[in-house]
Amino acid sequence: MVVRVLYFASFRDAVGRPEEEREIPPGTRVSDLWEILSREVPAFGRFPRMPPAAVNRLSTVGHHTLEDGDEVAYLPPVAGG
Amino acid sequence: MYLTHDTIDLAAFLAEARPSDGAVCLFVGVVRNESEGKETVAIEYQAYEEMAELELAHVVASVSQEWPGAFVRICHRVGRLSVGEPSVAILVTAPHRETAFAACRLAIEWLKEWAPIWKKEIRPDGSGEWVEPTGRDAGHGTRNT
Repeated sequence: MVVRVLYFASFRDAVGRPEEEREIPPGTRVSDLWEILSREVPAFGRFPRMPPAAVNRLSTVGHHTLEDGDEVAYLPPVAGG
Repeated sequence: MYLTHDTIDLAAFLAEARPSDGAVCLFVGVVRNESEGKETVAIEYQAYEEMAELELAHVVASVSQEWPGAFVRICHRVGRLSVGEPSVAILVTAPHRETAFAACRLAIEWLKEWAPIWKKEIRPDGSGEWVEPTGRDAGHGTRNT
């Protein structure tokens, strides 16, 4: 199945693109996908734990299981205002 | 719509008070020319726009629930802003000042904590640095984690 991963701010700079589609096996959890991405993107390694994440624009937890077509985002520390 | 790519119109914002309101409290966040001793010539704001709209709506609803009688409006800019330009405006009107001040303060604090918005400070040499608060100042970008 396929999910769409969005990148923002320093994560976008580290990955070099704003978003991508990823093929993942059924049963993949939000935290599993972060581990996969961390192995590919050295800059993600500086986070000892998974950063806050959102699925389909709602905040979620690491053990949330992803579904085909989901929009996933891992959020670097925010700095609005 | 809580986000805008255009200049925030403060005058239009201030015209929102209701006849029953005796207090109008406006907070405006503005781009500064330095950050921790480092010169800044501009700030680039980026947002997860669809989610930020939901989170900012939640800020408005939560503050309104916390301070009944407060009417809350928020406008946050995205894109590249020069020094002195407003990046965020929060307007609270209420029958009395106690509610207006307190609700306005709460709204900016929750916005900074919850809204998936990021800023990159641009230096005079054109380089940029994403601001990533840590510890006490760190926001989550979400409400539940």
